[in-house]
Amino acid sequence: MELYLGIDVGSVSTNLVLIDEDNNVHESLYLRTRGQPIRVIKEGMQILKEKYENKVSIKGVGTTGSGRYLAGVIVGADIVKNEITAHAIATTTFVPEVQTIIEIGGQDSKIIIIRDGVVTDFAMNTVCAAGTGSFLDQQASRLNIPIEKFGELALKSTVPVRIAGRCTVFAESDMIHKQQLGYKVEDIINGLCEALVRNYLNNVGKNKEILPPIVFQGGVAANRGIREAFARALGQDIIVPKYYNVMGAIGAAILAREATNGQKTNFKGFAIADYNYETRSFECTYCPNHCEIAEISEEGKVIGRWGGRCPRWEVI
Amino acid sequence: MKTLRITFPYMGNYVHAFRGLLEDLGYEVVMPVKPSKRTLDLGVKYAPEFSCLPYKIVLGTYLETLPKGVDRIVTSGGVGPCRAGLYASLHEKILKKMGYNVEFIVLEPPLVDLKGFYKTVQELNYKNYSLWYIYKAIKRNWRKIKALDTIEQKALFLRPRELTKGSVSAKYKEVLQYVINAFSEKEIAEAEQEALKQLDKIPVNLEKLVVKVGMVGEIYVLLEPSSNFEIEETIGHLGAEVKRSMFLTGWTRDNTLPGKSEELVSVKAAAQPYLPELIGGHGQDSIGNAILYIKQGFDGLIQLAPFTCIPEIVARTILTKISQEHNFPILTFFLDEQTGKAGMETRLEAFIDLLKRKKLQKLERAKGGNIDGALSWN
Repeated sequence: MELYLGIDVGSVSTNLVLIDEDNNVHESLYLRTRGQPIRVIKEGMQILKEKYENKVSIKGVGTTGSGRYLAGVIVGADIVKNEITAHAIATTTFVPEVQTIIEIGGQDSKIIIIRDGVVTDFAMNTVCAAGTGSFLDQQASRLNIPIEKFGELALKSTVPVRIAGRCTVFAESDMIHKQQLGYKVEDIINGLCEALVRNYLNNVGKNKEILPPIVFQGGVAANRGIREAFARALGQDIIVPKYYNVMGAIGAAILAREATNGQKTNFKGFAIADYNYETRSFECTYCPNHCEIAEISEEGKVIGRWGGRCPRWEVI
Repeated sequence: MKTLRITFPYMGNYVHAFRGLLEDLGYEVVMPVKPSKRTLDLGVKYAPEFSCLPYKIVLGTYLETLPKGVDRIVTSGGVGPCRAGLYASLHEKILKKMGYNVEFIVLEPPLVDLKGFYKTVQELNYKNYSLWYIYKAIKRNWRKIKALDTIEQKALFLRPRELTKGSVSAKYKEVLQYVINAFSEKEIAEAEQEALKQLDKIPVNLEKLVVKVGMVGEIYVLLEPSSNFEIEETIGHLGAEVKRSMFLTGWTRDNTLPGKSEELVSVKAAAQPYLPELIGGHGQDSIGNAILYIKQGFDGLIQLAPFTCIPEIVARTILTKISQEHNFPILTFFLDEQTGKAGMETRLEAFIDLLKRKKLQKLERAKGGNIDGALSWN
């Protein structure tokens, strides 16, 4: 079987998918990055290796997410693409009539406006991480509630409680204040969901024409409380696609198929799961810029460098 | 008479012309160094927290230069209600407090107060050269600024079309030296010609489909690449041509000659329906230029603004409306002390992708069919 590999290395999760020519998803892995992107990429490749080595042929690889360049040199990507384009490609493939994409991940949230199948506008959160997965994670663990149950609990709320959503620091102190006054936990959680949605619509979604169909994806789309809060705030149905948490990776795989277009892939093979990767960083002293250069080597050989403001270190 | 040592803020290639002019006036110039991480660290440490990025970079630059021994600093003031106009006084206060005894000479735009401008020039002219001599010196160095601008614009045009990534940037850096080292007007003109000739030799693909992006915003972050992560170069490498709304040749003309330049008058006129008031800084220019770029058929616009810059914040809210009315993509970057270039790259890449797909769709519609293959982004 001929498949395409898509890898999305995000701050919180690293996702790998395998799709075929007709966009059928054969495998989707959702792994926690835990601050160690290289290790998790190898871990993912190891899982794929055990299941697929010698059974399938990988015809193309695409990477996306904040760790896309790193992943790109490790696996030998055919295309390295930003996550906005990758998400848009995946969603327009599965929901062709989509006009608005709401994507909330671990450290960032974005809105993508689509008209006639083409991205016409987008925005990413710039100033803070309020309203992203990490904050929800943090609050769930503070309240000692498994993150998977967090959203369900919000649905049990009967009394609306207002939580400040502009900033996570204020939100948290508001939540603690309400909890000490004796409000029920489900009402507080629901209040938090609504605050996050309000914050998203006022910041990321500001001045954007949010038209249906609206697709909600990214890790946070698993949270039913947030999903319902969006539906209430927008007065629209919210579509959560089947592969909501790996859409970026699917987009990268589709882009890889377009990029290779029958030509030979750069993919290094599943063997990379066993290679040894090392990174180091140093400060370049050739000019007053003092760029911080990061370097990655594979089996002792340098395969990539980043961080320079000039091309001095790009040549390997 | 003792020869005074003078310095000034770092701003793009123009420092070379400033240096020439001040040397002509009999100064020993202490060249500011290109702003680096260290410059910013110094600026951040001693500046008020809520001051903007240009303020911090300029303060950092002074703090790097002053230990070399400086008698005078020459800098510019500002027009209208933008706090940059007060920055020189605040810089002076902080530096005095730190024990640097340095004299500030602030050049206010001559149109605001011609008499005051003349007085400042005379103050700067401590060796009492004749007005004719000063006029000649200004004219010569003005020619240099024009040459620097011409070469830069050429590089902006060629970069997205280069066959080997980085070839334009490398050659550009090299040929700039020709102009920097030239002295007389004749030498400058020759150096400019030679530089353009060399740039034209770089292998490029002129048939390539390229999106055109206008760039507006606050003057310092527009003109000093180290303050904006070398955004023009990044955009060029993504396959888009940048046209910057501001070159010193345009700005200075508008603020010095009573007739005002043709180009700038229309910028103001273009901004009228949206922002009839001068709000300080370059807010009105950002609006006016956005409209002009739309009229000229550009594909998109990028606004660069220092974080907390009021004129650009006002401009941004109006740009949002302009973007909707004209179906014209606009991306704003607020720049601060952060050093991570990744966030900007992600947004830029997505923005250029958006412009390319949009342009292709428009071209397809215009031709009434698929034009794939006929045009190429590569």
